[in-house]
Amino acid sequence: MDNRTVTRADLAESVYEQVGLSRNESSDLVEAVLEEISAALVGGDTVKISSFGSFSVREKGERIGRNPKTGIEVPILPRKVLVFRASHVLKDRINGEQG
Amino acid sequence: MTKSELIQRLAERNPHLYLRDVEKIVETIFEEITAALARGDRVELRGFGAFSIKKRDSRTGRNPRTGETVQVDAKSLPFFKTGKGLRERLNGED
Repeated sequence: MDNRTVTRADLAESVYEQVGLSRNESSDLVEAVLEEISAALVGGDTVKISSFGSFSVREKGERIGRNPKTGIEVPILPRKVLVFRASHVLKDRINGEQG
Repeated sequence: MTKSELIQRLAERNPHLYLRDVEKIVETIFEEITAALARGDRVELRGFGAFSIKKRDSRTGRNPRTGETVQVDAKSLPFFKTGKGLRERLNGED
């Protein structure tokens, strides 16, 4: 079986089939879901989706990095990174168990 | 924010939708992502991030307490890479 890439359009199509809204509205709602999650994370909130996983923001301090090509040291500024932790249900589904 | 809070917020912003439809939209999206990963597909949501799986071979592990060897089966783990747009928003770059 060939692996493929699922995109927003595929999610919108599923919403269209499952919920019975128009294609346009289905696509707008997929976007709205991603936007609500993004806004919560940008606001510093953790997002917990039961039986899927949780997204949280971690603050990284400044550290000294090195350009691997030139060997020159450069400071890596403090920044925020997003961390996703998959739930057990998701991990089990991926490993072929019924979750 | 939990899944039910996410559903509430979406329902408030979309008063023309039934709550059960908003619930179904949210469930459908996460179910589709889960099903895609279970098939071995990748899920790419530009500006948000991409979900993929990483395969881990079986290996012989060791119980660090007893030193006993144990067989660890091959498994796949889900992985998320934050998209450029969201990474920039988190760091106040837009």
